[in-house]
Amino acid sequence: MRRVFVNEKWCLGCHLCEYYCAFAGTGEKDMARALKDIKIHPRINVEEKDGICFAVSCRHCKEPLCVKACITGALQKSDGVITIDSEKCVNCYTCILCCPYGAISPSDGGAVMKCELCVSTGTPACVAGCPNNAIVYEERA
Amino acid sequence: MSAVRYVIIGNSAGGIGAVEGIRQVDTSGEITIISDEALHTYSRPLISYLLGNATTEEKMLYRGRDFYERNNCNLVHGTVTKIDKNARAVILASGERLVYDKLLVATGSRAFVPDFEGLGTVKNQFTFMTKQNALELSQALENGGNRRVLIVGAGLIGLKCAEGIMKKTPAAKITVVDLAPRVLPSILDENGAKLVQKHIEAKGIKFILSQGVKRFDNNTAVLENGEKIDFDVLVLAVGVRPNTSLLEGIATINKGIVVNEKSETTASDIYAAGDCTETRDISSGESKIMALLPNAYIQGECAGINMANGEKTFTNAIPMNAIGFFGLHIITAGSYNGEIYSENAENRYKQLFYSDNRLNGFILIGDIQKAGIYTSLIRERTPLDSIDFPLVCEKAGLLAFTKQERQSKLGGTQ
Repeated sequence: MRRVFVNEKWCLGCHLCEYYCAFAGTGEKDMARALKDIKIHPRINVEEKDGICFAVSCRHCKEPLCVKACITGALQKSDGVITIDSEKCVNCYTCILCCPYGAISPSDGGAVMKCELCVSTGTPACVAGCPNNAIVYEERA
Repeated sequence: MSAVRYVIIGNSAGGIGAVEGIRQVDTSGEITIISDEALHTYSRPLISYLLGNATTEEKMLYRGRDFYERNNCNLVHGTVTKIDKNARAVILASGERLVYDKLLVATGSRAFVPDFEGLGTVKNQFTFMTKQNALELSQALENGGNRRVLIVGAGLIGLKCAEGIMKKTPAAKITVVDLAPRVLPSILDENGAKLVQKHIEAKGIKFILSQGVKRFDNNTAVLENGEKIDFDVLVLAVGVRPNTSLLEGIATINKGIVVNEKSETTASDIYAAGDCTETRDISSGESKIMALLPNAYIQGECAGINMANGEKTFTNAIPMNAIGFFGLHIITAGSYNGEIYSENAENRYKQLFYSDNRLNGFILIGDIQKAGIYTSLIRERTPLDSIDFPLVCEKAGLLAFTKQERQSKLGGTQ
């Protein structure tokens, strides 16, 4: 199945992926208006230092420690995608304790945030919005 | 060949993990789960959230309503009184016998109740391990006269219970007593414990530490120092004990049931998983009971796969906890040995413990972002000279790894 991969050498460190991610699912038409003056909680995060930068989001692991460790059963894996049932999540952060990529993060009061591959739209918004093909959505062996 | 008969004692994380493990390998074997609670599987750690109205009985189900049907397994309500190893059968209190080809003991743990003098005279006393405990405590608190709560034990269970009570009944007057000199002694160091204690005290919960209960006289506790505390409701959260008795004389038991990395006990075709077992903590090398849900599930899943003749090992168990109180989050893992990298600022407390080129453990309070990077360094026993350790100390992230390692993590398939 297709997953998100990161080509570090192409990453510009522009953080657009974070904005497209936060914008996805807001239901708004205009990104600038939707995200103006708010602290965004994207499901993808750019790490950067000294000219090195790359985006990190859920790897949808074959052996997902977050799913196995989830105390509520809110994190589940089906058809290769790890999803979160926000209604069940109690913000215990056991998944944050476990994720070896640091790809699950807290939100403001709601359930934890993680990439669900924008399954309802077909192409992840971070990939569609990346101006330099530093994030791609493809099948790799 | 006829279908393999799997019997699982226990309907919580270990048992459910085993069902999911078995079904990865064997879709036709007969699975029977025996539980002494007549309930659909629920998340035990969520009982404090249920008490505090932060979840519901429906949302706290550990797996969906269709779980047993979807996995083609049979849930039996009953109490196992004996395992007949020679006849390969378990015997229930009802007299019913269930024959097994492969057996999993995932019996969990129970509340330890010390033999306090006068405990029998106390009205409204509870332990806090099961959904039933939470519902009964909740009911007792609904009586407006029951406002003064005494909790014995400032560990994970006692403090989560205190939070649940406070959220349910903001007018409650809660006092927590513990023999230990600090709160959460099993997961926090002295300074971390002070910070957490202060935060909880600010919510109106009172602590009496380094102090034991000497005796009870009806609903008055007399402490070792002679102080008397009147209360309406008592919660005993002194500790837990593993439920190992079914395997006495059958398999090796130390503190918990001894299992190997395939979750096998020393008795043939009998496996064990979860809070009733002891395993090797790879962060310290010690064999110990690590009663926590993630390990129970992983060990149960591992048992299930091996019971079904698949191949699986669980070789990197460590103690690890994520817990929060009134919005203050704590994440800890591993063992607290070695040199210390330390940060202690307002709402950002970090201790990393390392020796011999390995990270052994950590404590994070407040800022817990990307804690799993540290957990992974412990579990994988990553040589610290293979990463930028000073950088990862300051900020958890993949930046600390080599470019090649990042390429494999973010560009490869794991």
